[in-house]
Amino acid sequence: MIKDITIGQFFPGKSIIHRLDPRIKLLLTVIYIVMLFTASGFTGLLAASLYMLAAFIISGIPIKMMLKSIKPILPIIIFTGILNLFFISSGDPLVEWHFIKITDDGVRTMIFMAARIILLICGTSLLTYTTSPITLTDAIERILSPLKVIKFPAHEIAMMMTIALRFIPTLIEETDKIMSAQKARGADMESGNLIHRAKALIPILIPLFVSAFRRAEELALAMECRCYHGGEGRTRLKQLKTAPRDYVAVVITLIFLAAVIVLNMFSPI
Amino acid sequence: MEKFIEIKDVEFSYMNEYDDPPTKNTVLRGVSLDIGRGEFVAVLGHNGSGKSTLAKLLNAINLPEKGEVLIDGMLTSDEEHLYDIRKRVGMVFQNPDNQIVATVVEEDVAFALENIGVEPAEIRRRVDEALKTVGMYEYREHAPHKLSGGQKQRIAIAGVLAMQPECIVMDEPTAMLDPIGRCEIMKTIKQLNAAGVTIILITHYMDEAAQAGRVVVMDSGRVIADDVPKKVFSQMEMLKSVGLDVPDVTELTHALIAEGCSLPDDIISEDECFERLYNLLKKGG
Amino acid sequence: MGIIKTENLTYVYGEGTPFRKVAVDNINLDIDEGEIVGIIGRTGSGKSTLIQHFNGLLKPTSGKVFIDGDELFADKSRLKEIRFKVGLVFQYPEYQLFEETVYKDIAFGPKNMGLSEDEIDRRVRETARLVGLKPEYLEKSPFELSGGQKRRAAIAGVMAMEPKVLILDEPTAGLDPRGRDRILGLIKEYHAEKGTTVLLVSHSMEDVAKTVSKILVMNNSKVFMYSDRSGVFAKAEELTSMGLTVPQVTRVFDRLRAAGIEFEDEVFSVEYAKDLVLRLLRERGQSLD
Repeated sequence: MIKDITIGQFFPGKSIIHRLDPRIKLLLTVIYIVMLFTASGFTGLLAASLYMLAAFIISGIPIKMMLKSIKPILPIIIFTGILNLFFISSGDPLVEWHFIKITDDGVRTMIFMAARIILLICGTSLLTYTTSPITLTDAIERILSPLKVIKFPAHEIAMMMTIALRFIPTLIEETDKIMSAQKARGADMESGNLIHRAKALIPILIPLFVSAFRRAEELALAMECRCYHGGEGRTRLKQLKTAPRDYVAVVITLIFLAAVIVLNMFSPI
Repeated sequence: MEKFIEIKDVEFSYMNEYDDPPTKNTVLRGVSLDIGRGEFVAVLGHNGSGKSTLAKLLNAINLPEKGEVLIDGMLTSDEEHLYDIRKRVGMVFQNPDNQIVATVVEEDVAFALENIGVEPAEIRRRVDEALKTVGMYEYREHAPHKLSGGQKQRIAIAGVLAMQPECIVMDEPTAMLDPIGRCEIMKTIKQLNAAGVTIILITHYMDEAAQAGRVVVMDSGRVIADDVPKKVFSQMEMLKSVGLDVPDVTELTHALIAEGCSLPDDIISEDECFERLYNLLKKGG
Repeated sequence: MGIIKTENLTYVYGEGTPFRKVAVDNINLDIDEGEIVGIIGRTGSGKSTLIQHFNGLLKPTSGKVFIDGDELFADKSRLKEIRFKVGLVFQYPEYQLFEETVYKDIAFGPKNMGLSEDEIDRRVRETARLVGLKPEYLEKSPFELSGGQKRRAAIAGVMAMEPKVLILDEPTAGLDPRGRDRILGLIKEYHAEKGTTVLLVSHSMEDVAKTVSKILVMNNSKVFMYSDRSGVFAKAEELTSMGLTVPQVTRVFDRLRAAGIEFEDEVFSVEYAKDLVLRLLRERGQSLD
């Protein structure tokens, strides 16, 4: 059911990766992504995957979770793989049958692209596995806050993200409940054609909307009662402070990036 | 007792925008009430009697149409005092799910303090203190949606308590809870009141109201009774006529009095009922 | 065989995950037709999971459920038909109202059953009367009704399916005393008029004691006992220790007995308590004062 979604799941822990400043973690993720896209050959990707694997092991997140994070995007990997396999016609042909032609270049590109996507997902998953959503939101707010000068609503965006994160589980639970209730009244959501099924959603969507609005209204009231008046003059319980370990992590990551660039020169695919 | 809240002849109405032309729905029709510092007041009344509207007048969410509301001498209609008033009078609502903002317990308790710009170290101290007071300190790093109803409601109370308010207004805080959750909340309320916090408890449960120091009964936008619980609950007929109840023990003693037994008509607690019935039945036994 | 029967019914949540929980554990029940049964137990005792098995919303992990002699899930094509024999009113049912008018909302269930227009019309009007909604409310939007009226309209939506068993999960939660009495009253009336089996899930012992004839007590995913009211309230101490409350009058009379006043009866309602006191006084040939 809907409850099984693992994207954005957070695994509390005390590893050094968990304790890094979330802003730095965001920066590291960006450098890592740059690393993946500058790597033009397998040796470069190998360096990036070593980096990722090391980070995963240090974080103490079970490797199983890494595989689990890939599962939902498997169809995308397979789809792009097939496209690469069939539509790249350069290189030596391996198989030729009627209009189908598979070349060694095609196979290589397929593996390369798949590896790149997998590494990309693993890296970003590691970010969400080791950083609580609220800390992440906080980091985004602080990174964006210089933009407040040009009236960019950094605080408002972060507040919205926080509230969304807070209410997603509540609304999922509610959806389950409403579905059961309508099923008990004989609503049929599993059979019929597309239009029929779309119509069958009405008894679920309307109550869900009504409830979401009611919650929003009550929440707004509760926030007002607790003196909420936007981001102005707000302080925070948790202050973000960078520590030496944050700088060390940045340096290590930059070394890997440099390595990838150097390796590119020696292994052009 | 020193006056903390003064409600002077307040009228309030909502506009019903859906009707064409919009109609006026008067909810409060001349309510006057003084509440002293440190009191524990229960407010009773059926749905639509105006008690929730009254509650929202106390921290300037609603402003009176006529009359005035003073909190610690400050007029609620005075914009300048808005946050001073909200800091002094905290509110807890019925649905605990809809008043928790953050995804971590301690972050939520800190929310009000962050809004009023308290220093981080002081926030930390007050959050810890508030969580300890409601007995939820060990849950400070939990996700609120995984807690029980009673626990969530205690988090909501802690979130208000962290502001160090002088008064907490609770609008049916136990309505959505199971008996265990209700018990937890009543214990917390009494403990806060003993520590000097003024409590205004809106409730549908007569046994909860019986534990207060004073009971205010509302009907169609007016205060129709305002006295100690014993005096209010002894007026069983009046309460029933406005859609309210009395504790079971009160109902029993009134039924026995009607049959000719000599019992006092103001029994509201289990202990008292037991003692009186024991004396009555023991005599011949 | 009764109208609802279970054989070794077990349901496990999240099998194979760290969150695995046995929600109902090896339950054998036999509920007779026409009975009005209260189901009590603290939050998480398994009562909500149990009732969702009775109309096939949940499929047992092991064991069987029989409704009116038919085994649920034995033949998937008949599931819907059997499900219609059991009407389930969830907690806060007013939050599932969705149609443009109260009439249409009450008609939603009967429509899904494939009944004729005339039959649907008859049922909507009859149940609206049963729950005390005036005919003019039928053309209003359900969102315009008051809280108590919404709740009654939602209950009518399930009653209109004319199930053989009506199950209500916490039907009085969050209502004021008048609303509470009204709902309990209409449940009793419905039971008296239709003779349908009714299961009432509740936290409130006072409500249960006032309304039902038999009580099913759930504790730690198991049936603690299934008996008539006096049988259950005779175990006041055990109920309290499992986090349930007993009615206030029951507590008073348990204390009277402990203090040496002799009587056999289990007291669970004000009415009964009054009669008992008067009888005890009379037995002693004692004047009322």
